[in-house]
Amino acid sequence: MQKKSGERKEFLTVSGRKLLDSYTPDNLPENQYEDQIGLPGQFPYTRGVHTDMYRGKLWTMRQFSGYGTALETNRRQKFLLEQGQTGLSVAFDLPTLMGLDSDHESAAGEVGKCGVAVDSLEDMEVLFQGIPLDQVSVSMTINAPAAMLMAMYLVLAEKQGCQVSRLSGTLQNDILKEYIAQKEWIYPPEPSMSLVTDVIEFCTHHLPRYNPISISGYHIREAGSTAAQELAFTLRDGIEYVEWCLDRGLNVDDFAPRLSFFFNSHNDFFEEIAKFRAARRIWAHLMRDRFKAKDERSWKCRFHTQTAGCSLTSQQPFTNVVRTTIQALAGVLGGTNSLHTNSLDEALALPTEEAAQLALRTQQIIAHESGVTNTVDPLGGSYFVETLTNELEKDTHQYIEDIDAMGGMIRAIQEGFPQQEIHEASYQYQKAIEAGEQTIVGVNDFVVETESPIETLQIGEEVQAEQVQRLRDLRTRRSEKGVKSALSALQKAARNKQNVMPFLISATREYATLGEMCDTLREVYGTYQETAW
Amino acid sequence: MQKKFRILVAKPGLDGHDRGAKIVARALRDAGMEVIYTGLRQTPEQIVSAAVQEDVDAVGLSILSGAHLHLFSKVMELFREQDIDDILVFGGGIIPDEDISKLKKLGVAAVFQPGSTTDEIVQFLREALGGQS
Repeated sequence: MQKKSGERKEFLTVSGRKLLDSYTPDNLPENQYEDQIGLPGQFPYTRGVHTDMYRGKLWTMRQFSGYGTALETNRRQKFLLEQGQTGLSVAFDLPTLMGLDSDHESAAGEVGKCGVAVDSLEDMEVLFQGIPLDQVSVSMTINAPAAMLMAMYLVLAEKQGCQVSRLSGTLQNDILKEYIAQKEWIYPPEPSMSLVTDVIEFCTHHLPRYNPISISGYHIREAGSTAAQELAFTLRDGIEYVEWCLDRGLNVDDFAPRLSFFFNSHNDFFEEIAKFRAARRIWAHLMRDRFKAKDERSWKCRFHTQTAGCSLTSQQPFTNVVRTTIQALAGVLGGTNSLHTNSLDEALALPTEEAAQLALRTQQIIAHESGVTNTVDPLGGSYFVETLTNELEKDTHQYIEDIDAMGGMIRAIQEGFPQQEIHEASYQYQKAIEAGEQTIVGVNDFVVETESPIETLQIGEEVQAEQVQRLRDLRTRRSEKGVKSALSALQKAARNKQNVMPFLISATREYATLGEMCDTLREVYGTYQETAW
Repeated sequence: MQKKFRILVAKPGLDGHDRGAKIVARALRDAGMEVIYTGLRQTPEQIVSAAVQEDVDAVGLSILSGAHLHLFSKVMELFREQDIDDILVFGGGIIPDEDISKLKKLGVAAVFQPGSTTDEIVQFLREALGGQS
């Protein structure tokens, strides 16, 4: 019934990389240990950014979560904290990701569906009620309107009585991967990059413990890229951000230590581990050699990992627990600093409370039962893992060179280069699955005829009605004059190419809505339309 | 020679996940069909009007944002309002089992969940549209 592995002619990773029968010292260059591996916590950090890694501190268990209203999401976040989660991560709904208020006509049907709806500071107040922002690190997955949500977060922290300089957490704020893969944009690339840089500049001066950007490969991989493409496009995006910050007049060692990254952990166990190790090594060299950073903290690629949503199956959904466990283990063996594990029901809907709890438990079992945290980089020195790490590094450098030759990532995006590379890889992967060359358990092999459906989370249409009503009430309560004047100051600042952060903060204090702030800048920056590649 | 099937592959709503839509569009083209891909963020009105103008045989909607009930209803309603009943509507995405029967009641001919093959979609269209493409 099933094919046996002995019948396979060649052995490939999930990204199509050819593998040998076995690996030996002959596969490694001379001085591999001295030049490329070394000790954990030392340049080039192949083995981890810290000397003691998980012996000193476990990774942050940070489940991406959000749905419906701010109140519902607040309850889910508190539930996860009670269950032993160690950091928060907020998922916003599509209207919020697109900088639209819940009463915008395009928001119809979308409010609260794939994340929480946030229209103004008022929603943020509810979202974090009873959660002191100076005591828990919060990650916000928001990009095109990242600056606006950051402004709301800062005003809320102030209102909670927190010292802004003590805030820790992460703002995704990575617009390049939106054009490449995730596709939630508002403005054209240049003004968007300027907004990203405004946030980094502002945080560099005022929030020394906060990561103002999370340069993300996750979505690139979800869109269908190979492991090497994920790594290469992410790190090349990183180069672009560094260049923009330098052009802004920032000193590399003032901002680079707070640049953070976000990778996917897909099915191919060893290739993923190698990818994480290669990421650290390549970034360390880029920062030290290409950008002449002197501070060791600037060389360290710290990253969050999420298991691969695109690998989950709607068939036999409990098998997803197993996939997620393997992927999470790869993240941990790859030295991730923070981890999200997907829930078993996510090929069907947003997770139920039970599914989210089990996903968190998966991390806790790896952390506290498996023993893999007891020594640092246990796979370091494996002929196979080190060879794969070298290969991924080589492929990444090739892509970086190609994109440099195109004139940088914005030019490459405008030419559709990363988009087309990813589409081609995703199509080849789909063909491999359909030809049975790539087995997906429960999908193209080991299939069962009838399956009993599992319960999924339902998000009702009433969320939108509630948000629309809240917006209506807010608009009657706040000072329209105050809002208008704050927005006009914001627009003037944008036209004068000033850093807009202080102006967004003022507008937030007046309870200007997300849509109003974004519209104000739409009038200055224009909007982006993709050529359908 | 028989007429080639014309298919509109559309991404309604705010959802930016276009991996599936683009794979399906390409696979249908590879199977000899004429495919028009709308690109992202089309309103139901734009999709219905494109379907009419392009004189397509079928419209495939790809939705991974959870807004499928709203968006499919809108599209079906607009087709009904214009008395169009000869354009087949199908779809796919992150759609739970319990919503599939609701979508079928609206007149959606088929819903392809994660794990569906492009071949299944091609076969479905050939059978549903009749004849060979």
